[in-house]
Amino acid sequence: MARSIAFREALREAMNEEMRRDDRVFLMGEEVAEYNGAYKVSQGMLAEFGPKRVIDTPISELGFTAVGVGAAQNGLRPIVEYMTWNFAVLALDQILNTASKMLAMSGGQVSCPIVFRGGNGSAGQLGAQHSTAFEAMYANIPGIKVVSPSNGYDAKGLLKQAIRYEEDPVMFMESEQMYGDKSEVPDEEYYIELGKADVKKQGKDVTIVSFNKMMKVALGAAAELEKENISAEVIDLRTIRPLDWQTILESVKKTNRLVIVEEQWPFASISSEITYRIQKEGFDYLDAPIRRITAADAPLHYAPNLVAAALPDVARTVKLVKEVMYQAK
Amino acid sequence: MPFKPVNFKSVTRRLKLHSFPYFCGSNFNPLATKFSKETYLYWYELMQLIRQFELMSEEKYKMDGKIRGFYHAYIGQEAIAAGCMTGTRPEDLFITSYRDHGLAIAKGVSVNSCMAELYGKATGCAKGKGGSMHFFGKDVNFYGGHGIVGAQIGTGAGLAFAEQYRDTDNVVLCYFGDGAARQGILHETFNLAMLWKLPVIFICENNNYAMGTSVERTSNVVDIYKLADAYEMPADTVDGMSAEAVHESVGRAVKRAREKGGPTLLEIKTYRYKGHSISDPQKYRTKEEVDEYKDKDPIQQVRKTILDNKFATEKEITAIDKRVYDIVVESVKFAEESPWPDDDEVLKDVYMDKNYPFIVD
Ligand SMILES: Cc1ncc(C[n+]2csc(CCOP(=O)(O)OP(=O)(O)O)c2C)c(N)n1
Ligand SMILES: [Mg+2]
Repeated sequence: MARSIAFREALREAMNEEMRRDDRVFLMGEEVAEYNGAYKVSQGMLAEFGPKRVIDTPISELGFTAVGVGAAQNGLRPIVEYMTWNFAVLALDQILNTASKMLAMSGGQVSCPIVFRGGNGSAGQLGAQHSTAFEAMYANIPGIKVVSPSNGYDAKGLLKQAIRYEEDPVMFMESEQMYGDKSEVPDEEYYIELGKADVKKQGKDVTIVSFNKMMKVALGAAAELEKENISAEVIDLRTIRPLDWQTILESVKKTNRLVIVEEQWPFASISSEITYRIQKEGFDYLDAPIRRITAADAPLHYAPNLVAAALPDVARTVKLVKEVMYQAK
Repeated sequence: MPFKPVNFKSVTRRLKLHSFPYFCGSNFNPLATKFSKETYLYWYELMQLIRQFELMSEEKYKMDGKIRGFYHAYIGQEAIAAGCMTGTRPEDLFITSYRDHGLAIAKGVSVNSCMAELYGKATGCAKGKGGSMHFFGKDVNFYGGHGIVGAQIGTGAGLAFAEQYRDTDNVVLCYFGDGAARQGILHETFNLAMLWKLPVIFICENNNYAMGTSVERTSNVVDIYKLADAYEMPADTVDGMSAEAVHESVGRAVKRAREKGGPTLLEIKTYRYKGHSISDPQKYRTKEEVDEYKDKDPIQQVRKTILDNKFATEKEITAIDKRVYDIVVESVKFAEESPWPDDDEVLKDVYMDKNYPFIVD
């Protein structure tokens, strides 16, 4: 049986199930316990697990991240929630200089099995400091994995996998704008392996790759294109690092055209990396340059029209696909 | 140290800045209260202006949906803005968190441009690029609204460093919340500010909550002013519902900083009547608790002093209220009639370099 539940509930189920199974797992972050989560992801968890395992922190991102990283090295399996990833920047030192490098520096002795999670990217008119999408920045760091799901079903399976089976630090990037989205989630437990993209829609004319909430743009564009008899294959990366470029390549072998839609800033973004890999591994299969739509090369401004102009949308994606198909008027 | 109640020179200068009409110089009346009639009337009108601005804009947020994003009201905390204004000069710099409407308006960022900023219009005080959390007014020494909790503690010290470097006697008022006091940057900054005797007043606006977390749930040390002790920084606790108390404590700290005596930490005990932001259901506190503070409302306190001392009649106060209301109504009209920023503003104000080669595809 499957139920339709919200993204936030899927995340909560993942944490609840893994915390019931393994008492080394605990959740820590701002407002996660008594307030039931700033975005209500952890609703009810304090009641079930008590304050030893669902822990409210002061606004001290560097400090509580460090505590999580230390606890992970010493036998626990922490889940650290950031109210949003914008605030994890204060803790980057612990993630980049400690968590990601511990195994290497210790010659394989000290690992750091920890999950960092929270909302990521723009969430409307929140201004420059609350709107950064961090996948590309973290994906640049060896030693960590980066997950960025687009729906509750994937989020639950991936988060369970990260908590239970991943022995490395995992950055888990959600979206405030998706927490309310519904998806079908089975009653039975399931896990989704990290590093596997998902072909969301089969197609033959062009491949559109995206992830996280930009999948809505990708799928929306594919639906529009369908009306004009352009058949787009749509791939949801789900995990950013490691990057499942093989799935993209297989698709491109079929469609010979690739468009990437992402909310990252353009310089050294996920699309930059995909483009390098596909031109190298699939040069002979390409009938057109690989193209992309990213967020504008600027901090996100507040005004509604500036937000709209800065972020990828269906219309621009459709137009770009047509250019790649050499159909643009 | 002997206390000097009001720096009248600065008060008179502010008259021009804000054009508060009753400001007619330094009619200090020591018999009535320690503060002059003009000071009370200024406080009253400023606090009313801030409050009415926020009551109006909150309505526009909720009813019309014309204001979006995170919106944090200052309502209840206005006496801090009032006392800090009379305790400083226009040349002094303010920097604060996202809860910035009150201090921006106090400093003299125009009400029209503040409302337009909330609407995201091109005429806003940050051209519609900042929104509620990021009001700015460099021309009136308001260095903004900052969204990362605690960040401006350090940046404020940097503003002060530049004043010291240029050997001015200006000071910086650097505001942050009780929640922000738990960020590591506070400690590094306090140490640097004391080491270099920077002319900065750290003002912790302790409204007892960081979102849903009360102060006693964030630390073993609930008296935030004590955090200064580790650095031997002078510190004080202040009744934030009293414009007089704020003025006096700020006045002392400012004097010390101007005279090259270095920083001060003021823990100002205040209260926000509204939720953390518009979307906060406030389950972490009782209505009774909120009402208890509303009984000490800073605006009502000042109003009472004005009436008790016959600084103004009820009728004159009503006239002030009316004037304030008109200013706010006008600001809504201004905001609504103002244009959106042009779409090509997306890539503007990112670099000072006008020829910067942006990546556009
Ligand atoms: C570094 C960082 N962490 C978390 C947040 C989310 N956040 C915004 S305001 C806030 C509470 C701050 O409380 P306080 O410092 O007391 O200021 P107040 O809102 O009461 O004025 C939190 C947790 C943030 N903006 N920045
Ligand atoms: Mg507070």
